[in-house]
Amino acid sequence: MANEKKEWPLWEVFIRAKNGLSHRHAGSVHAPDADIALRHARDTYTRRMEGVSIWVIRSSDIAASDPADAGPIFEPAESKVYRHPTFYVVPDHIKHI
Amino acid sequence: MTANEALFDYALRLGDDALILSQRLGEWCGHAPAIETDLTLTNVALDLIGQAMLLLGYAGEVEGKGRDADKLAFHRDATKYRNCLLVEQPNGDFGRTIARQFIFSTYQRALYQELTRSSDRRLAEIAAKALKETIYHADLAAEWVIRLGDGTEESHERMKAGFEWYWRFVEELFTAEPADAALIGAGIAVDPAKLRAPFDAALAATFAEATLALPKYPRPITGGRKGRHSEHLGHLLAEMQFLPRAYPDAVW
Repeated sequence: MANEKKEWPLWEVFIRAKNGLSHRHAGSVHAPDADIALRHARDTYTRRMEGVSIWVIRSSDIAASDPADAGPIFEPAESKVYRHPTFYVVPDHIKHI
Repeated sequence: MTANEALFDYALRLGDDALILSQRLGEWCGHAPAIETDLTLTNVALDLIGQAMLLLGYAGEVEGKGRDADKLAFHRDATKYRNCLLVEQPNGDFGRTIARQFIFSTYQRALYQELTRSSDRRLAEIAAKALKETIYHADLAAEWVIRLGDGTEESHERMKAGFEWYWRFVEELFTAEPADAALIGAGIAVDPAKLRAPFDAALAATFAEATLALPKYPRPITGGRKGRHSEHLGHLLAEMQFLPRAYPDAVW
């Protein structure tokens, strides 16, 4: 075991570009813990003033849908246009909706 | 030494510290333990280059002989450099690089905090701009000292060895030059002796968390402020200055 290389766990990085917007997935970093993951995310993804807030979460803590189940999960929504709120008028000055 | 020459020398020292350490950190580019730490170290290097440009630019203005930041950085020999010996030392392993960064950024944070109140408006402005990034550098270095010190047996030993390499260069950071007395009296320069208490306090707090023993300082080595450098600086400058010296008209 002494020679076994221990890799740092992977963290998913979410950046809020500016106040009022939601955090969006930016990519991932390796880091030994959450504090260092935040610093790595800062150095990797916000070097050009891309963000005002950073979230990181262990990649292994994300539960993901199985691509093999895409049919049963997503296709039933295809034929239900009445779920789209297309009858509302959105004022021009409302962005980011 | 006239008041102007003393101010030139003071600004030069501050600028040279930032410039030489940034060059050292830049050597990690492509070689750090992980791509993320590669970016971390080179980001710090870029911040320090920014500080060096401002400080050396100001030094050139004070000198009034037409030398700008580039001229001072690339067309000056090792004996004319005024950086402390700490920043010119080779990188060693990641632990040793972090040890140097912790010592320097902790010192520089205390320095800039005081310098923001300088009666010299330009120095105060540069310090205020640099302080934020320097706080980040010091915090970052402390986080790594804690993780490596309180990590595995090997990381603890390497962190300890890294610091032991550097203790002899600490005293120089807190030693004023004779010409500084007038600048300190006029509220322009910071009395480095005043920075020792905040430095010692920060070190004690981080070392306690890192499970590292407090230093037993060996006999100090000084001389960088007078241009007496280790052989390492010449090699560093040879690499840093080669291009602008060989091709003086080269542009980006």
